[in-house]
Amino acid sequence: MGLTKEQIAQRIAKELKDGYYVNLGIGIPTLVANYIPEGVNVVLQSENGLLGMGPFPIEGHEDADLINAGKQTITTLHGSSFFDSAMSFGMIRAGKVDLTVLGAMEVSEQGDIANWKIPGKMVKGMGGAMDLVASAKNIIVAMMHTNPKGASKLLPECTLPLTGVKCIKKIVTDIAVLDVTPDGFQLLERAPGVSVEEIKEKTSGKLIVEGDIPEMQFN
Amino acid sequence: MNKVVDNADNAIHDITDGVILMLGGFGLCGIPENSIAALVKKGVKNLTCISNNAGVDDFGIGLMLQQKQVKKMISSYVGENAEFERQLLSGELEVELIPQGTLATRCMAAGYGMPAIFTPAGAGTEVAAGKEVRNFNGKDYLLEYAFDADFALVKAWKGDPDGNLIFKATARNFNPLMAMAGKITIAEVEELVPKGGLDPNEIHVPGIYVHRIFEGKNYEKRIEQRTVRKKE
Repeated sequence: MGLTKEQIAQRIAKELKDGYYVNLGIGIPTLVANYIPEGVNVVLQSENGLLGMGPFPIEGHEDADLINAGKQTITTLHGSSFFDSAMSFGMIRAGKVDLTVLGAMEVSEQGDIANWKIPGKMVKGMGGAMDLVASAKNIIVAMMHTNPKGASKLLPECTLPLTGVKCIKKIVTDIAVLDVTPDGFQLLERAPGVSVEEIKEKTSGKLIVEGDIPEMQFN
Repeated sequence: MNKVVDNADNAIHDITDGVILMLGGFGLCGIPENSIAALVKKGVKNLTCISNNAGVDDFGIGLMLQQKQVKKMISSYVGENAEFERQLLSGELEVELIPQGTLATRCMAAGYGMPAIFTPAGAGTEVAAGKEVRNFNGKDYLLEYAFDADFALVKAWKGDPDGNLIFKATARNFNPLMAMAGKITIAEVEELVPKGGLDPNEIHVPGIYVHRIFEGKNYEKRIEQRTVRKKE
């Protein structure tokens, strides 16, 4: 049994360190905000121009002028700040944001990522994803290990159009935690009850398994 | 010098077929609602629109798409719009998708008088096709040019007769950058205060960048994704 999306987010939340500025993408990454460990203070950046993103507003207090990059109504916190889109991507480009978490359709063993375009389908655009992956110093991909057809999303080379090259450092899927190293995907942890054999079977890129692989811990 | 105009119709009177427009906003947040309505009423066509998004079917730039006024969209993300998709697939509409930070910084470059910028966004991807690549300190960057727009249509929270602007919350987004980038910048504001009514310390865009200003009316401020939590 693999992890649920919430559990993937919960595992990623363990990577957060006190004082981090963090950008969370749409989908599973957004859920990470629900599992920030106690005693760890992080500042969430929303690339439409906000540092210090708070929770959704109490019903009746929505403000059309206050949204996140997913266009959801949100709130500010004590210490929040607003800025324009150029400054927002300026701080991303300048490496001020400590951690970026985003979803992916494919990741290659070189750390290339594809997550914006499927040839033959309506292309909606890359939004801020290309800017984020090109500049963030620490990127974690949150995704399912295989696509809905059961094919591996961890590949020797991406088959879809790229969003960025050699930029992904870590991947958390429903069955494994892996580092992207110069030699391939290094298996660090497996989901409770998932065997190394199953992870090998579902990883089409080069997988490095050294020693005993522990199960993920959630507390 | 009189920058104040009565209404959106007067503000956009010289926008003609075929011009290049910048429109501020992120999704439907901070869009120049009054100027868009005036453009729809005027019926100008063959417009090139530089805007992060293309509105939804019945609001924002979507209203101009319905009237087939847009020839080309330059955006970073264009989901949530069925009419947009139809025109794109039928070949009526041209679309150039560019990374959001590149879009913002190409506006910024225009406002700062710089012809181009180097950005790593899109290096090694299809966005890099045909572009000059330079390597700085071991990393590849793409040369991207400043935008050259005829008009910028922006929306601010408060403004004064000198054209000074203050934005509210995340409705700021692309608005200050586009305000600085337009050859002619038209600002609509929720509240036009008398001269001296704004604290100079708090101004986001100085009036030198703004050519026309008017107080908009009947702001709908539609919310795209209403997300709330229950009172604890």
